[in-house]
Amino acid sequence: MELQKFQYDNKTVKMFAYATILWGLVGMLVGLIVAIQLYLPAANLSLPYTTFGRLRPLHTNAVIFAFVGNGIFMGVYYSLQRLLKARMFSDLLSKIHFWGWQLIIVLAAATLIMGKTTGKEYAELEWPIDILITLVWVVFGWNMFGTIIRRRERHLYVAIWFYIATFVTVAMLHIVNSIELPVSFWKSYSVYAGVQDALVQWWYGHNAVAFFLTTPYLGLMYYFLPKIAQRPVYSYRLSIVHFWALIFLYIWAGPHHLLYTAVPDWAQSLGVVFSVMLIAPSWGGMINGLLTLRGAWDRVRDDVGLKFLVVAVTAYGMATFEGPMLSLKSVSAIAHYTDWIVAHVHVGALGWNGFMTFGILYWLIPRLFQTKLYSQKLANMHFWIGTLGIVLYAVPMYWAGFMQSSMWKDFTPEGQLKWQFLDTVTKMIPFYIARSIGGALFLTGAILMTYNLIKTIKVGTFLEIEEDEAPALTSNYQSHSKEHWHRWIERKPIQLMIVSLVVVAIGGLIEFLPVFLIKSNIPTISSVKPYTPLELQGRDIYIREGCYTCHSQMIRPFRSETARYGEYSKAGEFVYDHPFQWGSKRTGPDLARIGGKYPDSWHYNHMMEPNSMAPGSIMPSYPWLLEDQLDANSTMSKIKAMIRLGVPYPAGYENIAIQDMEKQAKQITANLKKDGIETLPDREIVALIGYLQRMGTDIKVKATK
Amino acid sequence: MKFINYLESITGIGMYPLVSLIIFVAFFALVTLYVIKGNKEHFEKLRNLPINENK
Repeated sequence: MELQKFQYDNKTVKMFAYATILWGLVGMLVGLIVAIQLYLPAANLSLPYTTFGRLRPLHTNAVIFAFVGNGIFMGVYYSLQRLLKARMFSDLLSKIHFWGWQLIIVLAAATLIMGKTTGKEYAELEWPIDILITLVWVVFGWNMFGTIIRRRERHLYVAIWFYIATFVTVAMLHIVNSIELPVSFWKSYSVYAGVQDALVQWWYGHNAVAFFLTTPYLGLMYYFLPKIAQRPVYSYRLSIVHFWALIFLYIWAGPHHLLYTAVPDWAQSLGVVFSVMLIAPSWGGMINGLLTLRGAWDRVRDDVGLKFLVVAVTAYGMATFEGPMLSLKSVSAIAHYTDWIVAHVHVGALGWNGFMTFGILYWLIPRLFQTKLYSQKLANMHFWIGTLGIVLYAVPMYWAGFMQSSMWKDFTPEGQLKWQFLDTVTKMIPFYIARSIGGALFLTGAILMTYNLIKTIKVGTFLEIEEDEAPALTSNYQSHSKEHWHRWIERKPIQLMIVSLVVVAIGGLIEFLPVFLIKSNIPTISSVKPYTPLELQGRDIYIREGCYTCHSQMIRPFRSETARYGEYSKAGEFVYDHPFQWGSKRTGPDLARIGGKYPDSWHYNHMMEPNSMAPGSIMPSYPWLLEDQLDANSTMSKIKAMIRLGVPYPAGYENIAIQDMEKQAKQITANLKKDGIETLPDREIVALIGYLQRMGTDIKVKATK
Repeated sequence: MKFINYLESITGIGMYPLVSLIIFVAFFALVTLYVIKGNKEHFEKLRNLPINENK
């Protein structure tokens, strides 16, 4: 058979590798800054752009979509070409994909620090960027499928299955979760409200973990681990079974983020059952990875890249053991809202994603530059510093999580709550300090790697033209007469994609359909009314400042929570919340029933200087809210948008909304004046106070009747 | 079971979860069967794809 000559595209791989390193450093640095702000709030320099609530989404987005995202593309572009014996489909598409993705990252960073956010965790980017993400993602898929179609290897290796499942599922998740109604160029409201929004968001959020941080990296593991160890994967059969099981089970697990919340009980139970089952396919992957090294452990001693991969796969095993455990309702009751969850995700992010990326980079860069790694010693140092960093990060956070949770739930013999919330915060400070040291070590390791790789690149010459040859696929492929049906899927990328999509869509449909279609899942409460225009504006400030990154709005039905915060939250209380703001972490106390708890002046002083009202508080101060003028002109379009989303304001209300808003603002300024605070009614703080004082009060109105 | 109560108000939707679950379990069973019964040489070839690429 005639051999065809072709060249691999190494340039795009190199560019993605550089972007991975650059954004990795940025993402980790921002992480370190926010970690420091938790015990040194002044580290935000009192600028709106650098406060915790804005930087924390920047950190998560940078690490997930910039660092890991570029890492995925680097690995996919390298392995796909070689597994398929074909150059990437189109150099132009590769270019658009690369620069498009970097543009998204830059836009994301700029808008997030400007406070332009949808307020939905890990999906904070506003609608124009959402559309851009969709387009660039399609370019990626187009390029990938084009390459697959032009391949010279008939069978698709299991890594490629993971890439295909990643492509199709991320597309589905991103589109469904980002359906929002634009109000202006940088502001939109989620079309879903309350419980429905929460379900869609965590279906997305959990599967961002599954299909952005896990499946593509499993694909990379299946390619790079055997490649670096020079041994085939332990069991190809296991990889087939665990692939299908993993993608099917993962999609159901989202509601485990919402245990004991106002989400319908059956949906919670469904999430728990599937989360527990997930341990099987997850460990299937881990075992397959580790057993690939059986009989080759001596190589792990000598090859620093392999060391990173071993720790990465081990961290994956730990995190995926912990995940199902955390999904049990009784464990979630302890861990949810605490730093235990932060520890859990960082074992995944630092260990699994971080170390996997480092291991691949240490192998890939010398190869691309036809040389040896500049310093094995430095790389080994990176390995130990990084590992120590993970341990120093995770252990204090686990400890702190347990401690804080048990303090929240502690009662005196007389039946009173033993600790003020603030006591539990100040007790956390040493742990936050230790955590930031762990994070700093991890970042130091990454800087060492960057230095090492730059030195390597300097001495090497880039392998721009890498030739290979393979026979073309014959178009008249004679399948074995008794060919197995699964082989038919294995050979056909489109079939594989469609079957994957069906498999992942099943779980989503079963979760959503009933919650969306059936009224009884969200019992309405007649006293719950839409927000007033001022409160709506205040709520948008709450979203803009990222308050949800530290405060929940969901009181679980536990004695320890109802005693501290008041009546537990009901599904019907959130029907006008576009988007929902339940949050997932209580660095500060829950705010679901903050309304009416303190006078207006308390909130004014507290936003100006939290320590004046709550000595020892680690909340940053928000002086700009006191000075900045509220954008009153947006009120009309915001009310209009809410009406379109089905919020029952009276007909034509958008035209008189501004008058109502001014009236309520004057009322609040008058209240403030009584306590000796002079402020203009058109300041942002007034709207925010309006919102805070409204929160959770609707069902109290009923109780007094 | 409570789950069914919620679904009852839509005609036939109670079957959806059951049907899709059966579809997947059947698919999964077939995959498992294929993996157990499948041709050993074929798997061996696939398994070595990343290793043998530069032979």
